[in-house]
Amino acid sequence: MTEAIASSWTTGIVREVERFGETYVRLRLEVADRHDHVPGQHYVVRLRAPDGYTAQRSYSLASDPADPLIELMVECLPRGEVSGFLHDVVEVGDELELRGPIGRWFVWGGEVPSLCVAGGSGVVPFISMLRYARRMGTASQLTIVASAQTRERLPYVEELEEFGAFIALTRENHGDRVAAHIYPDELAELSKGIERAYVCGSAGFVSFVGRSLGEAGVPSDIVRVEQFGATG
Amino acid sequence: MANFTRGFTGGARRGGDTRLPPGQYDTGATWPVLTAELTPTIDLDTWTMTVDGLVEKPTTWDWRGIHALPGSSYFGDIHCVTTWTKFDTTFAGVSVDALLEIARPKPEATHVMATSTTGYNTNLPLDDITGGKAWIVWEFDGKPLAPEHGGPVRLLVPHLYFWKSAKWITRIELMDHDEQGFWERNGYHDRGDPWLEQRYQGDA
Repeated sequence: MTEAIASSWTTGIVREVERFGETYVRLRLEVADRHDHVPGQHYVVRLRAPDGYTAQRSYSLASDPADPLIELMVECLPRGEVSGFLHDVVEVGDELELRGPIGRWFVWGGEVPSLCVAGGSGVVPFISMLRYARRMGTASQLTIVASAQTRERLPYVEELEEFGAFIALTRENHGDRVAAHIYPDELAELSKGIERAYVCGSAGFVSFVGRSLGEAGVPSDIVRVEQFGATG
Repeated sequence: MANFTRGFTGGARRGGDTRLPPGQYDTGATWPVLTAELTPTIDLDTWTMTVDGLVEKPTTWDWRGIHALPGSSYFGDIHCVTTWTKFDTTFAGVSVDALLEIARPKPEATHVMATSTTGYNTNLPLDDITGGKAWIVWEFDGKPLAPEHGGPVRLLVPHLYFWKSAKWITRIELMDHDEQGFWERNGYHDRGDPWLEQRYQGDA
């Protein structure tokens, strides 16, 4: 990784807003003085009240580094101070304080054959990876597994299906696959030949997948994880 | 850019509590789990804690040995760089001072590298882990520290962001210079004072 460390705050202008029911909002922003990101990195969004009070949260990027805009897919959490604002209030043309790209651990540079396992909105960093892989012609290096309760609750589900991601729904069938959590057998098959694994989701999901990867024979020292909690 | 965000006045988490460092919110009864690696399984029969590097007497304690040291506990707040703060936590274990009293730092020691069984590491100035400011802990709220929170044993440096409080700690090496640890190499601040909002590299 050779990207400059983004050390200062900048401004993003909201160019597109798309709301998906009550749960997700997709924001696409034009960023002043932008540094290219590496797939897997995140930005911090900071909201500022007129009296100076601030709230900030980190959101993974879904966009390809070559995209002229950055894309965030934000899950709206119950009483989420930042996610609720982004879902309910933000409009095209608004300016937001941003900082990024941040993080140089949960990143994929395109070379290492990797398995990515996502729970729910944990797919977001993998969308950046798959868009990058498609553009660079390295899609064969990337295996994506995405889990959610239902197809409707999985962000980017069409894009994932088109990419050939393995979709594991826990509350409804998906094609021939009966509703169930991801099985170690499935992970064993999907992890053949990988040199790295990325797991992104809630702490419980990451813990579950971590154990399953162990049962599937994936050594723990090639597994990189990213959890999110209810930090709204 | 306007000097505030249109339409934002602060949500339900806005408390105005003077115990909250800037940019933090009160996470209440929850304790989010955030790590870069999978939670390891650690066998207490083989677990050890080592203090070495620039010390007069490099020392290793096993599980029984470290429990034989005088106990010490912390009651207060903890702050994570991901913006949650947890108030009124109680941790119990042993003060890092007690380990250093035995290992005896050499005069040239200025910094430490704390290392976990997973290979995670984090750097700290020696001053930040001495003088009653840091602990090696194995109990949270009177119960054994859970593996996902760093159990059986983690470092606790509550006056700095919580990534400095290395989970699953096994070694503290004293050095005569500063050297970046895991998150510090990956974009986070070298010291991490929450009251100064030292979150990322480049923050003052």
